[in-house]
Amino acid sequence: MGSVSLYRAETRRLVKRRFTKLFTVGALLILAAVLAGVFLTNEKVGPDQVAQATARAQAEYKQSVAATEQIRAECESVQGTPRASEFPPNCEISAPSESDFNPEWYMPPTFGLKDNLPDMITTLAAVLALAAFVIGASFVGAEWSSGGMMNLLLWRPRRLQVLSTKLAALLVGATVLTVVVAAIWTVAFWGVAKTRGNTIGMTSGTWQSFGLMELRALVLVLAAGALGFGLASLGRHTAMALGVAIGVIVVFQFGVAAVLGIAHVKFPELFLAPFWVIAWMSKEYVAQDYDACNYDVRGACQPDTLTITWQMAGSALVVILVLVVGAAMWTMRKRDIT
Amino acid sequence: MDAVLEIAGLQKTYRSRKGVRRALDGFDMVVEAGQVHGFLGPNGSGKTTTLRTLLGLIRPNGGRMSILGQEVPAHLPAVAGQVGAIVESPQFFGNFTARDTLSLLADAGGVRRERVDAVLELVGLRDRAKDRVRTYSLGMKQRLAVASALLKEPRLLILDEPANGLDPGGIREMRTLMRTLSESGMTVVLSSHILGEIQLICDSVTIIAAGRRVAAGSVADVLATHTSSSVKVRLEPGIDLLGAAEILRTAGAQVDLGTDFFTVGNAGNPAQITRILAERQIYVSELTPVAADLESVFLELTGTAPVDGQNRQVDQVAAGWGQ
Repeated sequence: MGSVSLYRAETRRLVKRRFTKLFTVGALLILAAVLAGVFLTNEKVGPDQVAQATARAQAEYKQSVAATEQIRAECESVQGTPRASEFPPNCEISAPSESDFNPEWYMPPTFGLKDNLPDMITTLAAVLALAAFVIGASFVGAEWSSGGMMNLLLWRPRRLQVLSTKLAALLVGATVLTVVVAAIWTVAFWGVAKTRGNTIGMTSGTWQSFGLMELRALVLVLAAGALGFGLASLGRHTAMALGVAIGVIVVFQFGVAAVLGIAHVKFPELFLAPFWVIAWMSKEYVAQDYDACNYDVRGACQPDTLTITWQMAGSALVVILVLVVGAAMWTMRKRDIT
Repeated sequence: MDAVLEIAGLQKTYRSRKGVRRALDGFDMVVEAGQVHGFLGPNGSGKTTTLRTLLGLIRPNGGRMSILGQEVPAHLPAVAGQVGAIVESPQFFGNFTARDTLSLLADAGGVRRERVDAVLELVGLRDRAKDRVRTYSLGMKQRLAVASALLKEPRLLILDEPANGLDPGGIREMRTLMRTLSESGMTVVLSSHILGEIQLICDSVTIIAAGRRVAAGSVADVLATHTSSSVKVRLEPGIDLLGAAEILRTAGAQVDLGTDFFTVGNAGNPAQITRILAERQIYVSELTPVAADLESVFLELTGTAPVDGQNRQVDQVAAGWGQ
């Protein structure tokens, strides 16, 4: 009963906060803008558009062939003169092939659900994760800095229970928001695909894959929320979490990226958070080192590769979360509240 | 009477790069049931540290504490529902209204929501209950803090400086409220610097200085124990006051000159004053014992009486206090 009432109070507190409302609405507006942008910049491709694209491809192919012929003729006409050096030896100018002018490239942008939805799910995850981080940080940070936490502890002198109930209220709130928004997001893009694209290739397996991707998006959002919460609780201020986030971006991303670039480190992506997020969302990220050359069976040069898998990214996420949230819980238990 | 609150040998030491500071140095305190108990001490003496330690916000380094017969902090969760407290200045999230603030606390503590309106009415915030707390004056925040402490109908109410920021009417209302609560059986521990108020409303007091108890008991007992041996002396009109004072000083008296009188501080035997002066043909027209008030007892016990030409620092006390 006691824990339930505390949980209910914390959920009410979370929902009532202006900061929560502001950032949730902000995130939803960004997502709505993305949705509107995708809707407006894509169009349905029918037989007319295919015919038009084919005609344009053909026309450009013919134009290119004619231009090549013209250059070859010019080349032959200047043989024996100083201008001959401007052209390849023996006027070996190969004519373009028809396959170089794929009609697909002349199609208007169209939203293919199978190909494009994964990017949209990643966008959703990024926007909601950012909102969850800031809301999570503010939820506990403002409580510490306003003295509300001390007040609450006078009522419920069980520190770990208070902090973990707050975290639970945040995570449940973030889950509800993410699940609802993700469902609307998927339906909305299915609508976009129907009206401004296609749903070709969509099988139950594809839907299942999208479902799993959205599940990973949910985990990312919850991890971001818990991270913001943990950092702000450690520093007893919202600014602590935001400061760490900015510090990580400036020092560890821009700074480290620049240093690694100068030092010619083999796989700099390994040290940069966004690639780990991509690996988590897209199941893997393959980093390539173009300085290396590995000859394949056909004698072609292949770069060295390193694959960051979603399991590796997930493990890294768990380690960071355990460290930050664990430290927040430990200090909550030990510190004097003054 | 049963003790509602007992503290024995409480110790709290802060360690920092600047060194070790003993905020509480074996502090003792007992509060009997149904009393309004004043908890007094100069700034930095350990009052708030004591209250925070008692309420589980600070971990002590030693000593024992119990509330309502239960050892704390071990059993604090069990008694927290019966203890209402405000510690130091009232602190609330500014963007919530008073009603929201209290109803969230009521939810968190499993208290009936109807109590919210009752306590808002009690502290006089009924008509401003829907305003955001950030628009409140210090006095209104103080009232809200008291309301939050009363929300759970506590058996023990601990209020740290509840009169801070209150207007004279508010201070009087607070005094009446404390009395009413005490009469209803609630035990109230009141920390304040307004010693006149404490003297008016408290049954007993504990005085702390530099982390130790320097006096405790009923207000009357504390005043009686520290009744000054000073007497106010007035002479017949036209007599040289300065000369008379000098005569007494020569005899070892501690004399402070007033406008048309002087006080003798160490007048254990007032008859000696009349005798010494009469021997010089100087006759006393008034010889009145100077009654000690809580303020002077406080200043004497805590060694914080102002000294001409000196700026006393927060942690500075006169040598010899409570040693």
